[in-house]
Amino acid sequence: MSSDRFHTVVLRVENKAGVLARVAGLFARRGFNIDSLAVAPTEDDRFSRITFTVDVESAPLDQVVKQLNKLINVVEITELDPKSSVERELMIITVNVAPENRGQVMDLVRIFEAKVLNVGYDQMMLSLSGAPSRVDDFEQLLSPHGIVELQRTGRVALRRLDKIQAAPSAEES
Amino acid sequence: MKTNGGSALIASLEREGVDVVFGLPGGAILPVYDPILDSSIRHILVRHEQGAGHMAQGYAHATGRPGVLMVTSGPAATNIVTPLCDAYMDSIPLVAITGQVPYSAIGTDAFQECDTTGITMSVTKHNFLVTDAADIPQVIHDAFHIATTGRPGPVLVDIPKDIVDPNNPRSALEMYQPDGPKLPGYQPQPEPEATLIADAIELIQQAERPVIYAGGGILKARAAEALRALADAADIHVVTTLMARGAFPDDHPLCLGMPGMHGNYTAVTAMQQADLLIALGARFDDRVTGRLDGFAPEAKIIHADIDPAELNKVRRADVAIVGDSRLVIEAMVEGLAAAGPSPADRSEWRSRISGWRERFPLTYDEHVPGEGLKPQQVLEQLRDGSPEDTIVTSGVGQHQMWAAQHWTFRHPYTWINSGGLGTMGFSIPAAIGAKVGMPDRTVWAVDGDGCFQMTAQELVTAAVERIPVKVALLNNGYLGMVRQWQEMFYEERFSEVELGQAVPDYVKWAEAMGCVGIRAESPEEVEPAIAQANDIDDRPVVVEFRTEATEKVFPMVPAGKTNSDIMVHPSQEGQQR
Ligand SMILES: Cc1ncc(C[n+]2csc(CCOP(=O)(O)OP(=O)(O)O)c2C)c(N)n1
Ligand SMILES: [Mg+2]
Repeated sequence: MSSDRFHTVVLRVENKAGVLARVAGLFARRGFNIDSLAVAPTEDDRFSRITFTVDVESAPLDQVVKQLNKLINVVEITELDPKSSVERELMIITVNVAPENRGQVMDLVRIFEAKVLNVGYDQMMLSLSGAPSRVDDFEQLLSPHGIVELQRTGRVALRRLDKIQAAPSAEES
Repeated sequence: MKTNGGSALIASLEREGVDVVFGLPGGAILPVYDPILDSSIRHILVRHEQGAGHMAQGYAHATGRPGVLMVTSGPAATNIVTPLCDAYMDSIPLVAITGQVPYSAIGTDAFQECDTTGITMSVTKHNFLVTDAADIPQVIHDAFHIATTGRPGPVLVDIPKDIVDPNNPRSALEMYQPDGPKLPGYQPQPEPEATLIADAIELIQQAERPVIYAGGGILKARAAEALRALADAADIHVVTTLMARGAFPDDHPLCLGMPGMHGNYTAVTAMQQADLLIALGARFDDRVTGRLDGFAPEAKIIHADIDPAELNKVRRADVAIVGDSRLVIEAMVEGLAAAGPSPADRSEWRSRISGWRERFPLTYDEHVPGEGLKPQQVLEQLRDGSPEDTIVTSGVGQHQMWAAQHWTFRHPYTWINSGGLGTMGFSIPAAIGAKVGMPDRTVWAVDGDGCFQMTAQELVTAAVERIPVKVALLNNGYLGMVRQWQEMFYEERFSEVELGQAVPDYVKWAEAMGCVGIRAESPEEVEPAIAQANDIDDRPVVVEFRTEATEKVFPMVPAGKTNSDIMVHPSQEGQQR
């Protein structure tokens, strides 16, 4: 997925019943194509954060932002362009791992700094959190083994700090 | 003061200055109807909840104050979906109160339960489900604030029965006066940015072919006077959209009338050939632009609107201004005064416009003896026989377009119709609402026979409540507008459009509803019928005009065509364009 086409937008919304339905309903009726969506409470319990990525070929970003702004319960909208934000996503995945392939899979786990959550006779459950593109790569490299089940959280993001304060990890892209 | 939710709700409405509520009671809203008996608020009992919604719309449009309706849960709530959507499309401030099953029963498929806030989410500016009686005063205050500020619109408040029922402990609250709205995510931006106004002035000064494209937002912003000052100061012609008829006087020399699919040739063509469109409180609706990629190809755009989402939504603006239309226009008038007269030479443009006006006036064929009345002529006679500040409401169809074209609107808030949603049946209830709000004005509902049959029952409401509206029923025996499309674009294959002129008997029906019924079939009968109707002031009147079914609305920009492909009246076809 090209990063020009999908933009990450973060909403601070009032923590009220039905807010997610309002946001989702708006996406549906205006034909905004959403690729990923994550919702969770924030440090302030009056508000929640909704982080989503939108396909700007389905609608101009400007319209997406302005239409969302019309929702009374949406308090703040921030567009995070990939260059100035840090994005993370968590995946947990169960793969088929015959005993003779365990070494290969464990190599991937080490290279990606993933975690082993659970091991069965011929399956493993792994988790990885990281930049969405890394999570994509990990998933792709595991797929020849046979993915039994997987769950991704959808991306969350925060604005990148000023360079001086930043402690960039190797993983940041 | 200790009170209960039902009394608090009525008291909150009184505090918001509500003087009239349109509605109809039922199980879930019963506890709120009891305190109405002791309130100063006038309640108008409608015959169908859709009527309550359109009445509230007519009231709001005519008075500038929010319209209020109150209905019960379930089927009543679903009955108001159409007027809510209508008000949402046309930015009419409404507050709708709906009853709901008790909070503990929500989600159980209780009797007359429906997901009212879910159903109405996409047709309201905002809606609330109140879960706690103590929230009622604040929510009502917030609802009125949202409905009436920024881009106005309908707000719905859904109220579970337990929190308004005095016999239920959950309804107890301590009454309080909210200190302002509590809406952290809602901040309309009425003040325009000065630099943008300056950019706009620069474009206006340079333009050789400027046109002011005035939309319904002008009326919402109470900006008609400001608009007139702008047009006069800048000496620029004005078109008034279907939603803005009356926002600029039709008899002003700079007024070009209505643009759009059935706009007049000059208004449509002036927009099409302009080098600058100054769009004020308008939204580039497809019925105005025609095929978008061929719309006003040479025009730069100044677009001002209170709703930022309208800017650059349909047509990219060269100068996009967020702001209240009145404040924007006043700032423009000031800016123009400082800038002095435009250096641009507009003489060629002016002569082009006067040429179109001469060659392409609105026109229609003369009445042919033995045929039905000419609807356009009936409307002109109605116009000439009624007070000049008459409020005209309309249904949707050919009659609506003829009324918008042939009436001469000299004052703002004299034209009330369903523009965005195009809701048949709008005119009678809207007229009743307008008359309730403006009892001293003559109110004529121009209606079609198809529309009449959708909401005529509200004439019973009008008769019983002594609201003397007048209905001009243009009975062509057809769903005329659909018939016109089938004639012109479906090879005259008429499918399911004939209603018949004789059944129902509209005069008898009017009389049965407590109205005076009058029928006019020949040209000689038209004027006396109008005069008789205008003389009646103690009950509603229905005048049925038997009109010619084959009459078509011209000009017309066929769907999917550009405004340059405008079809004129057949008698003008040979004219040089
Ligand atoms: C509720 C609704 N249903 C259908 C339509 C589609 N429609 C638009 S105009 C029209 C015909 C209206 O007939 P009538 O009221 O007799 O008016 P006329 O065009 O004959 O003047 C119809 C069916 C509509 N606008 N609204
Ligand atoms: Mg008809």
